[in-house]
Amino acid sequence: MADTLATNAAADLGLEPSTKPRGMLVRGWEVFAENKLALGSLAFVILMLLFCFLGPVFYTTNQVNTNLLLYMCHPSGSHLLGCDDLGYDELGRLMIGGQTSLEVGLAAAGVSVLFGTLYGAISGYVGGWLDALMMRIVDAGLSIPGIMVIIILSVIFHPSPLVMIFIIAVFYWFGVARLIRGETLSLRTREYVQAVRVIGGLPMRSVVRHVVPNAIGTIIVQATFAVADSILLLSGLGFLGLGIQPPSTDWGSMLASALTYMQGGNYWWLIYPPGIAIILVCIAFNFIGDALRDAFETRLQRR
Amino acid sequence: MVGFLIRRIGQSIVVLFIVTIITFYMIHLFPGGAIKAMVGPKATPVQLAYYTNLYGFNRPFYVQYLKWVGQLLSGNLGFSPKLNLAVSTEIGNALPKTIVLVVLGTVVSLLFGVPLGVYQAVRRNSIGDYILTGISFLGYSAPVFFVGLILVEWFAVDTHIFPPFAPSGQTVGAILADPRALVLPVVTYAFGLYALWSRYMRSSTLDNLVQDFVRTARAKGAGERRVIWVHVFRNSLVSIVTLLGLSIPGIVAGALFTEVVFNYPGMGMAFYQAAQNVDYESLLGFTVLATVATILGNLIADVGYAVLDPRVRY
Repeated sequence: MADTLATNAAADLGLEPSTKPRGMLVRGWEVFAENKLALGSLAFVILMLLFCFLGPVFYTTNQVNTNLLLYMCHPSGSHLLGCDDLGYDELGRLMIGGQTSLEVGLAAAGVSVLFGTLYGAISGYVGGWLDALMMRIVDAGLSIPGIMVIIILSVIFHPSPLVMIFIIAVFYWFGVARLIRGETLSLRTREYVQAVRVIGGLPMRSVVRHVVPNAIGTIIVQATFAVADSILLLSGLGFLGLGIQPPSTDWGSMLASALTYMQGGNYWWLIYPPGIAIILVCIAFNFIGDALRDAFETRLQRR
Repeated sequence: MVGFLIRRIGQSIVVLFIVTIITFYMIHLFPGGAIKAMVGPKATPVQLAYYTNLYGFNRPFYVQYLKWVGQLLSGNLGFSPKLNLAVSTEIGNALPKTIVLVVLGTVVSLLFGVPLGVYQAVRRNSIGDYILTGISFLGYSAPVFFVGLILVEWFAVDTHIFPPFAPSGQTVGAILADPRALVLPVVTYAFGLYALWSRYMRSSTLDNLVQDFVRTARAKGAGERRVIWVHVFRNSLVSIVTLLGLSIPGIVAGALFTEVVFNYPGMGMAFYQAAQNVDYESLLGFTVLATVATILGNLIADVGYAVLDPRVRY
């Protein structure tokens, strides 16, 4: 009924149904939007971004000076989620820490997916001995347990958020590269990619203009999971004391410092908010990733 | 098959070669070099020069590398000046304890993850499926250390059901003699893995349920139970074997966090302490060992896949 109304309305306005082939991204979005869980997750992620980056504008707290008079103060009207062991307001800290967690998560995912995609696409497209060599390097990278590499690197380089982004990306891009290389192997036999070669186009042109845009589904799905994994890794490093160093913080480091007080009393406002924030954001990114995979891979083919 | 095996082993050797170069190079990135990490920040220039010469750190990189590889090949994993202990002795103490944790945790996670994953696929989109999906997403998304500490809070601090620390015995026998203390570490460790297996089992069972051999089995009059547990299950299990081989890095990582949370004296704990002490010989030894285990795991998984699945031909 609603569909007929919409069609009639469109006809009244003299609009023709569009016959222009819609891009992969548009079709992917349509399938994605049918998944309520994924839409909710997307809304949640946007809400968290607003909370962390715009929140401090409306809820101003002192996150620079410690104030031991407020040591572990209970939640109250002036401090909605209480204070931590240094007297920082916990809700304000949650916003500041969230900024770091989300920034590092998004940027590390971006860097590793960008680099991994180019590496994998070039390796798969060029093929031959170069492909064999490049893939053995990836195999090697994937065989060293990532957490060990990350721990060694964060002992060597004193971690700032920028350094953390690269440390996590160094570990993460290998998996992306292998996946995109597989995708490229099947794409390079397509006629439109071969056509570029026939008319004398450079390999780089095929890779950037044809292979990568057609692998965009896989790339976006990978990037989404990478964000969740990076946030988790960062929090794990925070727990080990090797992550973001004070006075900066992230959700993992907040959790780590709260956990030292866990057996001393019921400081629930220090433990559950950052823990639940990490879990919910990661679940949201995982839901989004799953829905995107459905959107790009399976249901898309039915349309 | 033999050709495939030879090619695959050759690849593994190349990978191993690259890995040792990467690891060895990484350790040399330590600020002031490995020697400074070894003798400490207070060493005088004379002492520095003496030890640099003694351990050959003034030699070209490739000479140092070749010397180290030569030692590795003769089974010498290095010597930790910080602990005054051969790295192999250190591993000999810690590895059996990690194996106890890893094997128990993996078995527990498989015992729950595999059947529940099949159940989810058979009853897909039921209430049970949704609840179990929620639990496995929680397993994916909760930091291991957070899970461990929440379990300690609930079951050790609040209710005193289990002790808050892992068994601290020096030998494997002493650890196994205290099974109550093992429960929380094993559950913590198994939770993340459970999520992995159950998600995988669910999707692979769903894939297999629409295969031709399932229709054939049904047409021949096999009951639903037989179709699922004999035909579908066996096929899904093949991919779990591969996944098991490929997830060794994840297994190592999960064990590391679990061990640190519960103060469990295994490899992860030892690695973490080595990182804090900048004990580079131990770091090198541990990393190489874990990497070899991963490469072997991948190799066995690939070969196992070819053996178990008669359709795979190389």
